[in-house]
Amino acid sequence: MKAALVLLLAAAPAMAAPGPRLFADLSQPRVDISYGFDGAELLVYGAVQYPRGTLPTDEPRIAIVARGPDRAIVVRRKERRMGIWINAASAVFQTVPSFVAVATSRPVNELLDPRTAALWEIGLPNLALSPIDNASDAGSFAVGLRDLRRRAKLYRQDEHGVRVTENILYRARLLVPSAAPTGRYSVAVHLIEEGQVVATVTRSLDVEKTGFEAGVSRFAAAHGFWYGLAAVAMALATGWAASWVGRR
Amino acid sequence: MDVYLPIAGMSVNALVIVMLGAGVGFLSGMLGVGGGFLTTPLLIFYGVPPAVAVASSATQITGASVSGVLAHARRRGVDFKMGAVMVAGGLVGSVAGSFLFELLQSVGQIDTVISIVYVIMLLSIGGLMLRDSLRALRPGPSPRAAPRRHNRYVAALPWRMRFYRSGLYISPLAPFGLGLLVGILTVIMGIGGGFIMVPAMIYLLGMAASVVVGTSLFQIIFVTAAATLLHATQSKTVDIVLAALLLVGGVVGAQYGASAARRLPAEKLRLALALVVLAFGLRLALQLTYRPGEIFSVGPA
Repeated sequence: MKAALVLLLAAAPAMAAPGPRLFADLSQPRVDISYGFDGAELLVYGAVQYPRGTLPTDEPRIAIVARGPDRAIVVRRKERRMGIWINAASAVFQTVPSFVAVATSRPVNELLDPRTAALWEIGLPNLALSPIDNASDAGSFAVGLRDLRRRAKLYRQDEHGVRVTENILYRARLLVPSAAPTGRYSVAVHLIEEGQVVATVTRSLDVEKTGFEAGVSRFAAAHGFWYGLAAVAMALATGWAASWVGRR
Repeated sequence: MDVYLPIAGMSVNALVIVMLGAGVGFLSGMLGVGGGFLTTPLLIFYGVPPAVAVASSATQITGASVSGVLAHARRRGVDFKMGAVMVAGGLVGSVAGSFLFELLQSVGQIDTVISIVYVIMLLSIGGLMLRDSLRALRPGPSPRAAPRRHNRYVAALPWRMRFYRSGLYISPLAPFGLGLLVGILTVIMGIGGGFIMVPAMIYLLGMAASVVVGTSLFQIIFVTAAATLLHATQSKTVDIVLAALLLVGGVVGAQYGASAARRLPAEKLRLALALVVLAFGLRLALQLTYRPGEIFSVGPA
């Protein structure tokens, strides 16, 4: 494995870029959600190629950010009114990723200064959620939203989630929970040197429903009335059958 | 055994859902309550999105009620004429309820409204039933059957009709209105409404006790079926897999419940139902005043 990589690095044109090059791939390009799906575990892996095939003395600093499709959402906050807890205030956010997994080779604040981290949206606190009103109070809603999503395992951050070997190879586990929304995800791998992002590679990941489940949700979306009728028929038939069996 | 729910978009333990359905089905067959007022909150507690829990529980109640109705019909325990009047009211109510549901959802108050309505209804009906069943169970001084009370306002309504099996000569407007109210609740809260209808039919309409449970189940079948169709076309929250799992347990439980009802004395059943209803009401009332586990919630903008 190591020998093959050295060969690969030697064969690559030495001149091209003055800086290092980054390669990345996913263990699978899509996640199929079907009967019995209770989450999937993927591998994000790749290598850093340094000019003239040199090996750095320091391990490369890697940050990986996987994101699900953005959605516009409203976040509501409960407050105590007349003794009971009800939804009192709300804030609208325009671009909230439905899924975020951040993995880095060391804590984000050691990799980047806060401003750069915010510009690249590396780390859960640095997501740009685009609040559209109620701007003065939006911060507390954003914190509440992140906590909520983190407990639902839809947002996660692992500051030692990227493993680096031989100072050129890296890998990280990416967990897609069963509640993950469907759609096209992006997995961005950033190479960081001296507080700057020097290379980025992005791979896409399709999370799709397949099989019976996909058929059901497609049919339900396209033909709501007939789907409802089928549900009623199923219920009536089951009830009648049970009654028939129960009588014998 | 984990099963993925296509509409809810999550995995659940199939066995837990089936057992939940069985427990609720047993109550359904025994007491003539649809059991949605137990199913819906339990599903939400399990992590199913509230809208999906409400809609799928309505579907489940349809199936659970069929076996109940057939069992009661064989014993001539269904007043079909009275049931038809109540179904008509229920269909009007369920359409009205679906508009109300959308309105409350858009302003973010659906959960609070559901909880408050639950508390008010569970506590008042549970208290009423508890009082009456205790009075009936007390030995001695009141051996006479409670006189059939003719509600003053029900008696004042026009266009009276004769309902033979119920033993009533009253205006159809009263059962129509009752059906309408329950139809609204079915769509909004994912309940059959039996726990409201059964006491109302006994205390408000004065129906013969032998047809109350069967007739209420008869109404529930049609109104929950309408609620399923409304949710499937409007909010698209009916999860057929979830409903099927609940049904498998529910129909079996209902069979045992119906035969248990024949062996147990009616007054004790009513006492048991009163206690269950009161306990749930108190639990929900307390929950409203506690600081919720999650202060924040998320909805589509």
